[in-house]
Amino acid sequence: MIENFSAPTRRDLLSLIGKVGGGAALYQAMTALGHATESQFTGPPKLTGARPGASVLVLGGGLAGMSAAYELTKAGYKVQVLEFQGRAGGRNYTLHGGDTVTEIGSTQKVGFAPGNYLNPGPWRIPYHHRTVLHYCKQLGVELEPFSQINHNALVHHKNAFGGKPQHFRDMMVDFKGHVSELLGKALNAGALDQQVTAEDKEKLLEAMREWGVLDKNMTYSKSMAVADQRGYERAPGGGVNGAPIPNDPASLSDMLSGKVWQQMGFYAEYVMQTTMFQPKGGMDQIGKAFFKHVGKLVRLNTKVTKVTQDDKGVTATWQDAVTGAVGESKADFMVCTIPATVLNQLDIQLSPEKKAAIRALPYGNSVKIGLEMKRRFWETDYAIYGGHSFTDQAISLISYPSAGFFKEGPAVLLGAYPFGAGAYQLAGMTPEKRIEAALAQGSVFHPAEYRAEFLSGASVAWSRMPWILGCCATWTEESRAAHYQNLVSMENRIVLAGEHCSYYGCWQEGALLSSLDAVTRLHQRALAA
Amino acid sequence: MISRISRNFLKPGNKNENGMGKKTRIAALALAGITFAGAATLSSPGFAQDRPGPGAEAVQVSDEGKEVYETICQACHMADAKGGGESGAMIPALAGNKNLADKDYPTIILLKGRGGMPWFTDILTKQQIASVITYVRGHFNDYHDPVTVADIDRVGSANPPVPECNTCGH
Repeated sequence: MIENFSAPTRRDLLSLIGKVGGGAALYQAMTALGHATESQFTGPPKLTGARPGASVLVLGGGLAGMSAAYELTKAGYKVQVLEFQGRAGGRNYTLHGGDTVTEIGSTQKVGFAPGNYLNPGPWRIPYHHRTVLHYCKQLGVELEPFSQINHNALVHHKNAFGGKPQHFRDMMVDFKGHVSELLGKALNAGALDQQVTAEDKEKLLEAMREWGVLDKNMTYSKSMAVADQRGYERAPGGGVNGAPIPNDPASLSDMLSGKVWQQMGFYAEYVMQTTMFQPKGGMDQIGKAFFKHVGKLVRLNTKVTKVTQDDKGVTATWQDAVTGAVGESKADFMVCTIPATVLNQLDIQLSPEKKAAIRALPYGNSVKIGLEMKRRFWETDYAIYGGHSFTDQAISLISYPSAGFFKEGPAVLLGAYPFGAGAYQLAGMTPEKRIEAALAQGSVFHPAEYRAEFLSGASVAWSRMPWILGCCATWTEESRAAHYQNLVSMENRIVLAGEHCSYYGCWQEGALLSSLDAVTRLHQRALAA
Repeated sequence: MISRISRNFLKPGNKNENGMGKKTRIAALALAGITFAGAATLSSPGFAQDRPGPGAEAVQVSDEGKEVYETICQACHMADAKGGGESGAMIPALAGNKNLADKDYPTIILLKGRGGMPWFTDILTKQQIASVITYVRGHFNDYHDPVTVADIDRVGSANPPVPECNTCGH
């Protein structure tokens, strides 16, 4: 009986707030108590009480489409999903050995060893993408840590340090050291006396001395204290030669040429912060888990050619890509998750405003290249375990696998992941030339091993993927203001969903949040009809 | 209509690293709503997009039309400029494309994008845009009057609407 008199736990309190104030109040309270973060996820919608026999047609079997089918089925709707490809998942996609990559203009066979893979699309899940994490937990997708920041990984600029890659750690320590020394000098010279009180000046000087690891003269220079952050010429050891020897910091000018603030800024971004996760075995585990639940509702190889709607319902005309058979699917309502690049070519009955919104959404391009190496030389020879090495060449970065540390045998590196000019350059090449470019450029990091240990490669150029013709939607402030609400509004019986219908573009979190919002509004509309 | 490229208008820090000289940069700033960024990636890609991080700055795009085509355009339009895909998900052919008879037509699309194709003012300089349009019109079609930076400036100042996209992909 005593527990009846104890103070409510935080969980009890939140449950009470949720009951009394609803989801919004619960979310606010959770935020105040330090639980929820900025993904707008407050738990899956509790949709119940669909009218008997009510039906929904979902176009597209990616995460947006399958999560819509999952939640709508739970609410009692009769759901059918039409998917263009011979597999569900959309951009939730992993290449394994034996898979075939079909691009416009080329076909590749993936030769990776069993267990090795490349995630050509999404590959990392930040801790605050609570919708993705929710479904992973609910559907039993096992997650493991994704190694994001790695202090021992490398940064390469053609025009810095003679083109020799530097450890991120060294450059970062040098950056704060030199900047601290300069700010300290400015403060001590009285250059900031107008801006800073005497008391704050003292605190700032202390901060610069400690943060920058400056010496008693407020100088950033070679010392054991600096080496304790930057690393050593000779690391601490045991016995007679146990004493460590510090190494030499870079000069201010060299440090500046390395532009390490770019990496520091990148890792400081909200979506790039740790902890990050990845599904064990490949990102496609999420799509496969959804498919286990809704797969029986999905019609694969089905190309939608026309969509009409009237007061009674929606009709999609389609053709089976395998048999050539033509058919129609009808339902009361529709969730359309076809990407804008393809949707803007579809004969679909929508208002001029919504069509204008669909046409105002160009897609960025990206390329990923997987390189299978005979052994994990980055671990054995470089002590690099996961994380990314950056370069200003077209490949932009290489990324080391976050799983299978210390394993013998072949492993797959991400050999390129650019957007922008680098992505166009690689996408325009044949698959063979892409691999050659990735090997040539990636060799700056591991010159002795990169070609010698190479086994096989596979690449995906999103601009040439025939079912999407791009990577993900590119919004601007102007296009958001002019078109976003028109794009996401429910128009009679049709609502659009997908990452392009969210403020979390290019992330699975956006696709799922958009889908949950779409099905919630669809359900309200269906009950009001 | 709201121009999608106006977001770059006089944005400080849009330093040109692709070789556009001081004079042309001033001319670019004079254009209504159009500046050319030298950054190698699309700027403002949207909120919090997954991205590689610090970009491929050392990727040099040549001023030669042929090389611009091969390092940028053929990523979608293919090496033979015949585009590709199947009906309903097409990348338009640039070879034998009658729309290119009007040289302002491709210029508008490169400045503003259309349908799934982005604008290229973030990646290419005006000289590169002029060169590649000249190349595509002359090499893959039979239109041999060159497109110049002055043409790009003229179209940019006029700020015309993007041509209708009912036949995007065809």
